[in-house]
Amino acid sequence: MQQASTEMVSAVAPIIERWKHEEGPLLPILNGILREFGYVPREVLPAIAEALNLTRAEVYGVVSFYHDYRQNPPGRHVLKLCRAEACQATGGEAVAEKLQKLLGVRFGETAADGSVTLEPVYCLGLCACAPSAMLDGELIGRLDEERAEEIAREVRA
Amino acid sequence: MTVTIYIPRDSGALALGADRVARAIGEEAQARGRQVRIVRNGSRGLYWLEPMVEVETEKGRLAYGPVKPSDVPSLFDGDFLSGGAHPLFLGRPEEIPFLKRQTRLTFARCGITDPVSLSDYEAHEGLKGLRNALSMTPQEIIGEVTESGLRGRGGAGFPTGIKWKTVQDQPPGQKYIVCNADEGDSGTFSDRMIMEGDPFVLIEGMVIAGIAVGATRGYIYLRSEYPVTHRILEEAIAAARQAGVLGGSVLGSQYAFDIEVRVGAGAYVCGEETALLDSLQGKRGQVRAKPPLPAIEGLFGRPTVVNNVISLATVPVILDRGGAFYRDFGMGRSRGTIPIQLAGNVKRGGLFEAAFGLTLGELVEDIGGGTASGRPVRAVQVGGPLGAYFPPALFDTPFDYEAFAEKDGLIGHAGIVVFDDTVDMLKQARFAMEFCAVESCGKCTPCRVGSTRGVEVLDRLKNNIEPERQIEIVTDLCNTMKFGSLCALGGFTPYPVLSALRHFPEDFRPHPVREAAE
Ligand SMILES: Cc1cc2nc3c(=O)[nH]c(=O)nc-3n(C[C@H](O)[C@H](O)[C@H](O)COP(=O)(O)O)c2cc1C
Ligand code: SF4
Repeated sequence: MQQASTEMVSAVAPIIERWKHEEGPLLPILNGILREFGYVPREVLPAIAEALNLTRAEVYGVVSFYHDYRQNPPGRHVLKLCRAEACQATGGEAVAEKLQKLLGVRFGETAADGSVTLEPVYCLGLCACAPSAMLDGELIGRLDEERAEEIAREVRA
Repeated sequence: MTVTIYIPRDSGALALGADRVARAIGEEAQARGRQVRIVRNGSRGLYWLEPMVEVETEKGRLAYGPVKPSDVPSLFDGDFLSGGAHPLFLGRPEEIPFLKRQTRLTFARCGITDPVSLSDYEAHEGLKGLRNALSMTPQEIIGEVTESGLRGRGGAGFPTGIKWKTVQDQPPGQKYIVCNADEGDSGTFSDRMIMEGDPFVLIEGMVIAGIAVGATRGYIYLRSEYPVTHRILEEAIAAARQAGVLGGSVLGSQYAFDIEVRVGAGAYVCGEETALLDSLQGKRGQVRAKPPLPAIEGLFGRPTVVNNVISLATVPVILDRGGAFYRDFGMGRSRGTIPIQLAGNVKRGGLFEAAFGLTLGELVEDIGGGTASGRPVRAVQVGGPLGAYFPPALFDTPFDYEAFAEKDGLIGHAGIVVFDDTVDMLKQARFAMEFCAVESCGKCTPCRVGSTRGVEVLDRLKNNIEPERQIEIVTDLCNTMKFGSLCALGGFTPYPVLSALRHFPEDFRPHPVREAAE
């Protein structure tokens, strides 16, 4: 664990370095860390606080405010499913139910086998081809039950 | 001979397989020894036809769609490269009624040009507004914007010219142009479409704003849910820098201006301008009271223009054709055009830019073609999660800020989400409260606590526990939220809730059939 956290801190050093002299550096740094690790590990917060001359509580306050900043490692795949109105209007809820069953997770959970994390998202801007989803950054429109089954197979593979 | 083919790289088209179609066409062309040049354009906004592929022929551009990779061999067999017949043939895109009926001013180039080619942009009237602006005084620029009657398209409808004037009037020094690209409302995608389909028009609008108010730095605050948009914006900004549209001397003038994209982290409330500014500064996205206005004390305490993407992207056409030209479209105090987004359960979903004044019914039934499911329309939500639900009985309401306010609604960012008769309005009201609870910035008690209470009360109502009492409580709660909230998240959540209650009372009363079904 100690070693892992040292490695993490050295991995974030260049991200911090890249941004710390810019205006408003905290979000770009956290976004960079999210891209690097898939989550924002608690272990790296002191290094950020120190570099930006903030308290740890301030940095943590920001991390906990934003939905994107997961605080635990996600599964191998991340599936974001839109739950907003346009997707509700096109049967999104039924697909969401189906996917939760197929994947064996509820929203906000990671499958026991570590295959996938399922997260809600409120709008991907694909409202004219709803329901929509994003699987590991890839956009999916007109999501139906058949495609849901494909997704389930894909993340299990 | 090389044939030019257009295949959108718009998020919506990609979500429907545009990349796979592009690959299939490239491979098939190679296999058949045909020379093709594939341009990845933006979307025309006819999403039921995406991926829509266009071919440059002797007869002009001809469209086919919606194309699947498996259609590609038959398209080649039908000689689509010269506009040959095929079941997916759509003809000239401009002649498709959905496009033909539009007045495209802001979206004039979207779907036509290569979004990251500045020469293509210039060949289609791009940079004319900026060139005019460079020959005018800042006062004259603001005069044109004011005369155009342009009101902020982010939802509040505040006159853009007046906002700019306030920033201009502040003493010289560091000022900022901040583009609000947080587009969080469900049912809206016009910001995304223009940034992906014609990013230079936003860049041009921001540069003009900078010249007008004396700002040299611009930020685009982009929501993290738009990764494709981010890539395209970065490409366009790099091209604009390269060509000297951005940088130390804008098109060789004495003005400097540059733009940076900053990505959010998933918080609906960060679309509110003061929360957005805090977020840009690296803080929690918390709303603060106004005054001071951002125009006076904005980013890092400096005078700042915060404008929606569409507001800024509309400035170039105003500076190109004149404020009076733009103002002559529209009705009442709603001047110019508005890009309406038809979404949800609608047959022809997409972007429809038109002068203000079409009725809601024309938009939903006539242009949108009713529901995709083929069932009757029961409700439409206009203006995002904080907008009211309207029944067909109100379909004669013209699309206009004041007309919607009169009917206790709002046009917001102009998204229309269509629902068919299977919708349960109690559930929709509950969702509005739930969404408010999830996204509340936590500053005001009525918003933070009221919304959670609202969910509980509506759950009791659903379970038929003293229904009349629950309706009373929820109505009360809504009043408290309306008058005791600092921003529109808490203040407007009552719109969807109360409109559902008012126009669809039957869904809030004991319902034996629903009980039985569950
Ligand atoms: C909860 C909330 C969310 C908002 N979200 C957005 C948004 O996503 N995009 C936007 O342009 N304006 C949004 N606004 C409105 C902004 O506060 C602000 O009025 C707007 O950016 C000003 O630009 P405009 O005058 O060009 O419309 C939101 C307001 C509230 C209260
Ligand atoms: S109404 Fe809600 S979101 Fe708006 S400032 Fe108050 S608590 Fe924050």
